[in-house]
Amino acid sequence: MTTKEFIDIDFSQIESDRMRLNVGPQHPSTHGVLRLEVELDGEVVTNVIPHIGYLHRCFEKICENMNYQQIIPYIDRMDYISAMNNELPYVIALEKLMDIKVPEKVEYIRVIMSELNRIANHQIAIATFGLDAGAFTPFLYLFRDREYILWIFEKASGARLLFNYFWVGGLANDVYPTFKEDVLTIVHQVRKTIKEIEDLLIYNKIFIDRTANVGILPLDVAISYGCSGPVLRGSGMQFDLRKNEPYSIYERFDFEIPFGKGEVGTVGDCWDRNIVRVREIEQSCRIIEQAIAQMPNDGDVQSAIPKKVRPPKGEIYFRTENPKGELGFYIISDGKDKPHRVKARGPSFVNLSVLPEIAKGYLFADLIVILGSIDIVLGEVDR
Amino acid sequence: MGLLDRLDKPYETGGIVLGTLEDILNWGRSKSDWYLHFGLACCAIEFMSMNASHFDFMRFGIIPRATPRQADFIMITGTVTLKMAERIQRLWEQMAEPKYCMSVGSCSNSGGPYWQYGYHVLKGVDRIIPVHVYVPGCPPRPEAMEEGMIKLQKLIDQQAIFRKRERLAEEGKISIDK
Amino acid sequence: MTIEEIHHSLKEKFGEFIGELVVNPPSDSYINVEAEKLLDVCFELRDNPDFAFDYLMCLSGVEFQEQLMVVYHLCSMSKNHKVVLKASLPKDNLKISSVERVWRSADWHEREAYDLFGIIFEGHHNLIRILLPYDWEGYPLRKDYKEPETYHGIKVPY
Repeated sequence: MTTKEFIDIDFSQIESDRMRLNVGPQHPSTHGVLRLEVELDGEVVTNVIPHIGYLHRCFEKICENMNYQQIIPYIDRMDYISAMNNELPYVIALEKLMDIKVPEKVEYIRVIMSELNRIANHQIAIATFGLDAGAFTPFLYLFRDREYILWIFEKASGARLLFNYFWVGGLANDVYPTFKEDVLTIVHQVRKTIKEIEDLLIYNKIFIDRTANVGILPLDVAISYGCSGPVLRGSGMQFDLRKNEPYSIYERFDFEIPFGKGEVGTVGDCWDRNIVRVREIEQSCRIIEQAIAQMPNDGDVQSAIPKKVRPPKGEIYFRTENPKGELGFYIISDGKDKPHRVKARGPSFVNLSVLPEIAKGYLFADLIVILGSIDIVLGEVDR
Repeated sequence: MGLLDRLDKPYETGGIVLGTLEDILNWGRSKSDWYLHFGLACCAIEFMSMNASHFDFMRFGIIPRATPRQADFIMITGTVTLKMAERIQRLWEQMAEPKYCMSVGSCSNSGGPYWQYGYHVLKGVDRIIPVHVYVPGCPPRPEAMEEGMIKLQKLIDQQAIFRKRERLAEEGKISIDK
Repeated sequence: MTIEEIHHSLKEKFGEFIGELVVNPPSDSYINVEAEKLLDVCFELRDNPDFAFDYLMCLSGVEFQEQLMVVYHLCSMSKNHKVVLKASLPKDNLKISSVERVWRSADWHEREAYDLFGIIFEGHHNLIRILLPYDWEGYPLRKDYKEPETYHGIKVPY
């Protein structure tokens, strides 16, 4: 392999006090197959070079060879933690392009499922962030709750993790009869656990010492790097596409946008990014409760599904608020059964690019915490 | 075959089990496997649930290891890409004998949904390292992984470990001077 | 600001370097921009307080018939308006100036477009492959791309 292109050692001026350390591509705390090339001065990080692509699964090439409906399972496999949320922008973009109006019931089920998946995603994010900071117990608590949410998904769609549930114009199948009661029970359980997690982890002195004032991301840097989601909101900006650019039926619900205020440290540190996720779980619970109350009982979820998905010639970029940030799909149709081009703008991909900027000057142990606070999924980084 | 099966027919009054040394060794090996977890993609998330409270993978007596030198078997969970393939090969070579490989999920079995147009996906991890247990599914349920683990334990239980060189010589794989 | 107003004011400032505005609902409207003037247009869009496009949502390479295009989706956080720019490149001269200095997020997006399409972004500080291995040959998202038979001795096709 030619390694010269990216590690260029000039032997005339070797620095003996700096060390280059290779973390990954398979390392328990890199959240998948990320490889970091870290330059250390003692224990202080002086430079980080992320090397990605170890999970490049050719999503965009596959899209050009598949029908529009056949692409949906591949979209699930992009951000495999929050698959429901991934499907949403793609199906909405195609519905806009084809001018399909979906039934009310479908919209409500989509919102409920997306918010449940957002909770499940944040539970993993908080759990693994706790693991990175050295707390193992919250992991077990949160995964217990996540399992209940997966049971609902399994009953509704038949799959635990990758659903293929949202179709263009409708859903794969209707929800089961006791769906509403099950969801409300889980919302109750999630709230209870989040209280426990706040006592156990979030306001724990050790955890605050590990995460506050670490990895500070100023707002202007965050915007310039294109950060979105909890990373942007943790830096103190109240920007949420569900509020600022409401899609689906999000304008009907009453909820707040949590953002980082620097309660225990500086605005934009790791603790802030984490607390945004914790509070978003509560807001998602609120949305789910309102949606369950308003959801119509009858209606055919498959009435608007077109026989053939063949959008007219044109292009569309549509973005929604994924748990990790702004997920956009740029779809170019040339009027055939297969898309001309599908480009996915993954939030993890863009959020990860800010890592070298915020990790410099901290200890190596802090680098792991900073990486955990960004909450990446490598399936989406590499696509 | 294994030691535990012999408990059904104990020697005379009970309390004594007659078995071979191989039985005891295999019993120990199969019930305390340490694994090198190679989490790559979606299956790794199911594997995380597996390690958490509901499914409790550690009841099989297995402990995760971060280094190949201490591992008995490797779990490939997820899509293997060409960029990653050489690294897996190298980790496999670093593991000490006897070693096993468990391939979890369609992607590492055969390329999965990426078999046709995935120009950067390795179509099956068995192209680079030998695989002992395949667990199908995309992603497999935790129960399926448990079943795979039981299969691997059975495989280890029934293995002949002594006179390996002589057996190989009979098969003509190696030649030994007597 | 609507995209018509943005197009109008850009046209006043840059003249013939700004192409026509393509409006075709329900699909997105976009503005064609000449590739050689793109960097100036981008600086104008970011720094002019009327536009204030401080957020690059997406940068994609697209192959379209005999040319490759680079598509920029911009958004303004403060003004809450959007614009789409398109720059066409002929296949024998795939060079365009990098907008990495305008929006930092363009860094990885441009590396990705270089990786998958082979578009060369001039002025990028580190234009190397990002997703594929560093010694990969060819640009996979081009329509005429052929899958390699082997890579480092490993058979690639199924």
